[in-house]
Amino acid sequence: MPETMTTANAATADAAVAAGPPPGRRVGKLAIARLRDLALVPAIVLIAIVGQIINPVFLQPDNLINIAQTMSEIGLLVLAQTIVLVSGKMDLSLESTFGLAPGVAAWMTVAVGAGHGTGLLSGGWAIPVTLLVGALIGLANAALIVRFGLHGFIVTLGMLIVLRGLLTGISGGQTFFNLPESMMYLGTAVWFGVPASIWICVTLFAAGIILLGYTGFGRSLYAIGGNVDAAKAAGIRTDRVLWTALTIASVLAALGGLMLSGRLASVAASQGNGAIFTVFAAAVIGGVSLNGGKGTMFGAFTGILLLFMIQNVLTLAGVPAQWIGALNGAIILIALVVSRITGGKAHE
Amino acid sequence: MNGNGQPSTRSSPAPNGDGRARSGPPVAEAIDVSKRYGPTVALDRARITVHSGETHALVGRNGAGKSTLVSILTGLQAPDAGQIRFGGADAPRLSDRDAWRQRVACVYQKSTIIPELTVAENLLLNRYDRGRGGLINWRGLRQRARDLLALWSVDVDVDSRAGDLSVEQRQFVEIARALSFGARFIVLDEPTAQLDAAAIARLFDHIRDLQQQGVTFLFISHHLQEIYEICDIVTVYRDARHIITAPVAELPRDELVAAMTGEAAALQAARTRNGPAGPAEVVLDVSDLRMGGFYDDVSFQVRSGEIIGLAGAGGSGKTAVAESVVGLRTPDAGAVTVGGHRPRPGDVNAALAAGVGFVPQDRHQQGLVAGMSIADNATMTITERLGRAGFLSTRRRDTVANRLIDDLAIKTPGPDLEVSGLSGGNQQKVVMARALANDPRVLVLITPTAGVDVRSKEFLLDKVDEVADTGTGVLVASDELDDLRICDRVLVMFQGRIVADMPSGWRDHDLVAAMEGLTVDA
Repeated sequence: MPETMTTANAATADAAVAAGPPPGRRVGKLAIARLRDLALVPAIVLIAIVGQIINPVFLQPDNLINIAQTMSEIGLLVLAQTIVLVSGKMDLSLESTFGLAPGVAAWMTVAVGAGHGTGLLSGGWAIPVTLLVGALIGLANAALIVRFGLHGFIVTLGMLIVLRGLLTGISGGQTFFNLPESMMYLGTAVWFGVPASIWICVTLFAAGIILLGYTGFGRSLYAIGGNVDAAKAAGIRTDRVLWTALTIASVLAALGGLMLSGRLASVAASQGNGAIFTVFAAAVIGGVSLNGGKGTMFGAFTGILLLFMIQNVLTLAGVPAQWIGALNGAIILIALVVSRITGGKAHE
Repeated sequence: MNGNGQPSTRSSPAPNGDGRARSGPPVAEAIDVSKRYGPTVALDRARITVHSGETHALVGRNGAGKSTLVSILTGLQAPDAGQIRFGGADAPRLSDRDAWRQRVACVYQKSTIIPELTVAENLLLNRYDRGRGGLINWRGLRQRARDLLALWSVDVDVDSRAGDLSVEQRQFVEIARALSFGARFIVLDEPTAQLDAAAIARLFDHIRDLQQQGVTFLFISHHLQEIYEICDIVTVYRDARHIITAPVAELPRDELVAAMTGEAAALQAARTRNGPAGPAEVVLDVSDLRMGGFYDDVSFQVRSGEIIGLAGAGGSGKTAVAESVVGLRTPDAGAVTVGGHRPRPGDVNAALAAGVGFVPQDRHQQGLVAGMSIADNATMTITERLGRAGFLSTRRRDTVANRLIDDLAIKTPGPDLEVSGLSGGNQQKVVMARALANDPRVLVLITPTAGVDVRSKEFLLDKVDEVADTGTGVLVASDELDDLRICDRVLVMFQGRIVADMPSGWRDHDLVAAMEGLTVDA
């Protein structure tokens, strides 16, 4: 679990400080750096208390699992976007990849006659096809951004529209049903009493924390996002790192889309539509800078967790569905202001 | 704590004791190096020889070829002809960055630090300690960074965020990083430009310590005073050529300045300016202007028909003063009066309305919109005169533009050409045309002839002369002697203050010395 991970890190860091020479200033600074990482934890606790007061169902295991499962798919998008943002780029097309990758798999594996399925491949191919489509989209983004030096925002905006259009095209604007068994598995399986998608989400976030904090690849993302010339001067192969980052991000988005399709037993033509705004909001609330080089995976995790807990509390409080959208937007703005105050630094 | 598979030699070879010995081949040498950029000769069979343990100064005015030599010496560019040698052996291939890093390092004015990462990570970027499973061992890394800074006696906390360091600490960290690659020859490119006096003193102490430990420096500076303070040998470049190399102690200041400016320049015929005849109205009055960090206590007046020069090296504050006059910067205190009015400080529009025309420092950044036509660029400041109720009359615009094009002899088929299609000299004429479009009472020019060819330069300066004769007061902020030669008076700024006031007919020598902060006895 991410929480336990970081506490362990904090403990080793403290040990390192204690073992080293005494200066007290460093202890203070380290502690503050850690605190910034945990900036949203008080807010999460507060929401939990408020939720419990509003409706005692809130802290019931079923409800908590419900929150975790609904956020697990979008969570993978946040994970993917964080990797891209830290390297100083952004990828808007993740939300379309989230729909198109499982959409293509459904299109190729669903039998003829049921909707727009073609039945070209047997059901077992669904997962490899999904991930392959994700990887290809990532490579296409990387080719345009890294190889041709186009601006990431516009490239991925164009890609977002193209990919959404492709999904509408192959599905005829309709929803794919009767998905093969393999596509359903990740969204429906339960491991040790907890849905598989929660396990996957949490495991991948833990892997993401290690990737960004403890591997040369992860640190070179920070270096590139912070000062690309300095990164080059240090011998980092910046282009190769960016290719890899963009590809990993798209594969993660495809996996997230697969999990959602499995849970809903369908792929709608609009799957993921509009999700990118929540993803950006979660990352920024969690302390990831839109200018690159700054932010942690744990912070991004707390960001998305906070947003979904608030949504859940609103639903439990009986807020009419028509108003949820406006409240969601307002909550994002409030959360930004709060994180600005607790984080102490301007969002850039 | 060094280990975990990292070769120990990379992080901390012991400094050798007999630093200042002059035996063996030179640490670095450039032999007859030439480099061209298109038609510009940046280096013409230039040479330099740096011996072990010395601190070698490289001086020259802007465009002398210093930066080109640095980029060739540090392996960022290949010379067109000539040779670079380190310790008597040929330089490595350009692509072999590791080999270059082991021989030479440069601390540039522009930081190569990543602000969001810690000092430790910046020091050892991409050279991490690996622990179990190939993951980064932060504890080991921090310890290695701490050892490294201690070895070179840099007192900086390795856990602090690099962006929080002062300029001085940042330079120390960059020097330590350079040394950690094994380089014992370090180029410092104007290291003191952004430092205050106390920080400069600490930097120099540190440089002297490192000299004792056998580190060789090539020191580039605009401040000659500093060269006399810490350098052993000085090499002067001028107009892309090597002029002289001599021990600092044997080269008096006036000879050093003479080598930088060249005697040929002193022989050039001085322009004769009559200046305004008799007492003329004051069109620009600057009194007690102050802006923290840029300039202090600046006062002067420009009369109708007068050309005043504002001279000074980079960072002297001359540009900031000129930009304050035109409203690009807001001074902290003091007043700018233009023809009896006091435009709101820091408001370009108010300054233009008061009758200021100006040529900004960088025509690409502030002077022109590259994708717009000559007519649009030249009339940008006077759009309200070109039509009614906010609509432009293109006919009237083109009439005005054609008049300006004729007036300034801009070589173009017509007013509709995009300015990006013009040569540098003609682009600068468009900027000048814009400055003149509203018939200014005060014309402010910041480095007006930077990067233009000789013919255009002559033309532009003659034009300034002509404009002054019609009664406009002109302020020229520049460090180009040719620009300053047309002035009736030159005010010299150094470290934010006006330090000299030289009437027309000054000697190059004296002016350059004053700009460098030296007083040379004539």
